[in-house]
Amino acid sequence: MYRSLFPRDLFAELDRLQRDVQQAFDLSPTIRGIGRGGFPALNVGATPQSIELYAFAPGLDPASIDVQIDRGVLSLSGRRASSLPAANGGEAKERPVVHINERFAGEFRRTVSLPDDADPDAVTAGYRDGVLRVSVQRRASAQPRRITVQ
Amino acid sequence: MNTPDTTPNTPATRDAAGREAQPALLPPVDVVEDAGAITLWADLPGVTREGLNLQVDGDQLAIEGEVTLQLPEGMQASHAEVGVNRYRRVFTLSKELDTQRIEANLNQGVLQLRIPKAEHARPRRIEVQAA
Repeated sequence: MYRSLFPRDLFAELDRLQRDVQQAFDLSPTIRGIGRGGFPALNVGATPQSIELYAFAPGLDPASIDVQIDRGVLSLSGRRASSLPAANGGEAKERPVVHINERFAGEFRRTVSLPDDADPDAVTAGYRDGVLRVSVQRRASAQPRRITVQ
Repeated sequence: MNTPDTTPNTPATRDAAGREAQPALLPPVDVVEDAGAITLWADLPGVTREGLNLQVDGDQLAIEGEVTLQLPEGMQASHAEVGVNRYRRVFTLSKELDTQRIEANLNQGVLQLRIPKAEHARPRRIEVQAA
């Protein structure tokens, strides 16, 4: 996992940029592209029993998040409303002024291909503090077992 | 998240280096100004109310948050786009803002701050007198 060697944010950003450039020159990227830098940011991990996915998607209505698994590909999609005021309406001098506009707004969709032993029927998803956690169980038949020698 | 840290990160060295020296993510923000106040939204996914630290020091507003995720035992990370479990961003406020009456609201990882303008700084129309 990545941790910046330099304490300042600027250096962390330059480091990130360098990694992105390196990935763009990777000779065999995945067929769905690099994916990094999209919304929501994803962290993926695995335990012997499950695959754990954390999507950093703050400010959503949990009911509006669409999580689907189709042929071993998990997709997250939804829409995030903008907090910015509408551009029209009211007189120019009374209209709110937008000084900074960095937060993501609009439709999003991200996909992750799951390992072969993922069980699409045993998936749980929860949304807490703006992080969507999807937990996909591995098939029991793929669990490590001890085989007795006859 | 649960990465082995390569740098010595004991409480002593951490305090000596100061909070500013720790690596932190820069959260994206929206800032909108209307006649009565400046409103700021910041994306802080994974930050609980307890993990959030807002500070006004002079004209500096600091937003800090600690990411707390419930990680299952023995999880191995295979892909991480959020590799640092801390957010920090500092803004310089202007003097017409009333820092005593800032309202803060954290909802599903989105922090909303409303910083009202001081009464004397509200817009007024200045009548032009005919000579």
